[in-house]
Amino acid sequence: MSVSSASSRRVLERGPSGWLAAPALFFFLLFAIIPLAGVFFLSFTKWDGLGEIKLDGFSSWTTVLTDPVTGNALWVTAKIMFFSFIVQAPISLLLGVFTSASQKYRAVLAVLYFVPLLLSSAAVAIAYKALLDPNFGLGPGLGIPFLAQDWLGNSDLVLFVVVFVIAWQFVPFHTLIYQGGVRQIPASLYEAAQIDGAGRVQQFFAITLPQLKYTIITSSTLMVVGSLAYFDLVFVLTGGGPGYSTRLLPLHMYLTGFKANDMGAASALGVILVVIGLALALILQRLGGKNRNASQLEGA
Amino acid sequence: MASTTQIPVPPATRVAPSSKPSKQGRGRGRARPNFLGGLGGWLWLAVIIVPIYYVVVTSLKNQAGFFTSNPMLPPAEPTLDNYKLVLENDFAMYFVNSLLVTVGSVVPALLVSFMAAYAIVRGKSRFLGWTNKLFLLGLAIPLHATIIPIYWMITKAHLYDTLLALILPSIAFAIPISVLILSNFMRDVPNELFESMRLDGCSDWAMMWRLALPMTRPAVVTVGIYNALGVWNGFLFPLILTQSPSTRVLPLSLWTFQGEFSVNIPAVLASVVLATLPLLVIYVVARRQLISGLTAGFSK
Repeated sequence: MSVSSASSRRVLERGPSGWLAAPALFFFLLFAIIPLAGVFFLSFTKWDGLGEIKLDGFSSWTTVLTDPVTGNALWVTAKIMFFSFIVQAPISLLLGVFTSASQKYRAVLAVLYFVPLLLSSAAVAIAYKALLDPNFGLGPGLGIPFLAQDWLGNSDLVLFVVVFVIAWQFVPFHTLIYQGGVRQIPASLYEAAQIDGAGRVQQFFAITLPQLKYTIITSSTLMVVGSLAYFDLVFVLTGGGPGYSTRLLPLHMYLTGFKANDMGAASALGVILVVIGLALALILQRLGGKNRNASQLEGA
Repeated sequence: MASTTQIPVPPATRVAPSSKPSKQGRGRGRARPNFLGGLGGWLWLAVIIVPIYYVVVTSLKNQAGFFTSNPMLPPAEPTLDNYKLVLENDFAMYFVNSLLVTVGSVVPALLVSFMAAYAIVRGKSRFLGWTNKLFLLGLAIPLHATIIPIYWMITKAHLYDTLLALILPSIAFAIPISVLILSNFMRDVPNELFESMRLDGCSDWAMMWRLALPMTRPAVVTVGIYNALGVWNGFLFPLILTQSPSTRVLPLSLWTFQGEFSVNIPAVLASVVLATLPLLVIYVVARRQLISGLTAGFSK
């Protein structure tokens, strides 16, 4: 090449212009960061959603923090987060391992497992509303009296129904993540274990589980932070009821803002939602160690 | 000549984690049939299939049949009247709206995220590092908590009840995960390839499209699918930012349909089937691409 080494080094050290990131940054600032600041600001105002926005000090915060419904919404959110994690994580992990194997029938099953990924939350909720009907749904259809309960009308049961439907909709996605993770585990590890006479269960606990550490963290983070976003499913399925028994925090925010027309209080609830999301993400990040990418390379 | 920069891509360096693993499952699966695993697998299949079966079967019943026949049995006289009713209720318009919003959000989101990911991975400036951190922050925040300021901005910009009101925030919300996945993949492109192109006098713009894009195609597909699913099935933005039937998208139409035809469960379920059908067709046609794309993107 005719280029001298000094000038070629100068050419190579030139990184791309920051302008390439500008369009993405612009959209993100305008519709995510500015609204984020806006939700803090609006929590100190009074606004019905149509008229003037008036500064109102801490009154929205006082309303929100003294309202027992807020505490209830936090409690419902925590319960759904906990139970849906406990239900989804083991099922998706096991299904991920199951579908990663190469038997033909498992591949066929996997094709069907992933179908719920295609459905919108609204569609899933509407389908389950019909399916859970005590008179025209699954219970009478199969002739099993236990299944013919008023699932969505019984405040003791409805939370578990919501957890089940959430699992139905989101396990496929996490199965997919685990399937990908299992397929990246080097085959040599299993071959060595087999030579050593390790059984299937032993292999699972000694190889599969430790090798999936970072997949588990990714999936768990998405699951836990994602459970702050189960708005549409619960909104269509139960509307937060009966009573307040499934009124999750995001749903409570929506109903406060757009049904009770108290945007100030709704914004305060939005701030709480942001803070919880950030805190959870930070905790999970800590649990997972600092340099995820480097450690993942070590594993491979 | 500089213009003849053809980068030969050795198959081994192609960025596709799914191609790395060998068939380790084979060794494990052959050893001894896993009855317990198989049983669990079929059980989960039942959990997935029963609701889908119920929805399809019920959508083919007439109203009298729905009230009198066994809910889990196929109709004695299958009818497509419910589908006709749904199609007559502006289904095509909602479909086109959904399509416009999905394409209108996903294509620009992919474009700006790809450019940003390229700049972040190849660039060295502090500004780009800071931009990347901001996007990562966006992953931790439940962005829908900012819906109230977004609602305010959209009304102030006189975009309320337009498709653009759905498109703009959807682009912004898609950026963090898109940049994360794309930049993870772009880091795997060997630096020497960029350097040799740079020495040949290529601009960043040319390197982005002629080297980075072909090398990260699996990631681009992943991000495109993931975002398209999210936007197509999105419910919160349409619920809050649109109002009239002319801007209604499919998930919202299911919900309003459920309100209008609440007694006609078969018709409501027919609308669920119709709304899912387009994605199901894509899934059947491009299943391999879809699943391997999603797996590759998230198990990195």
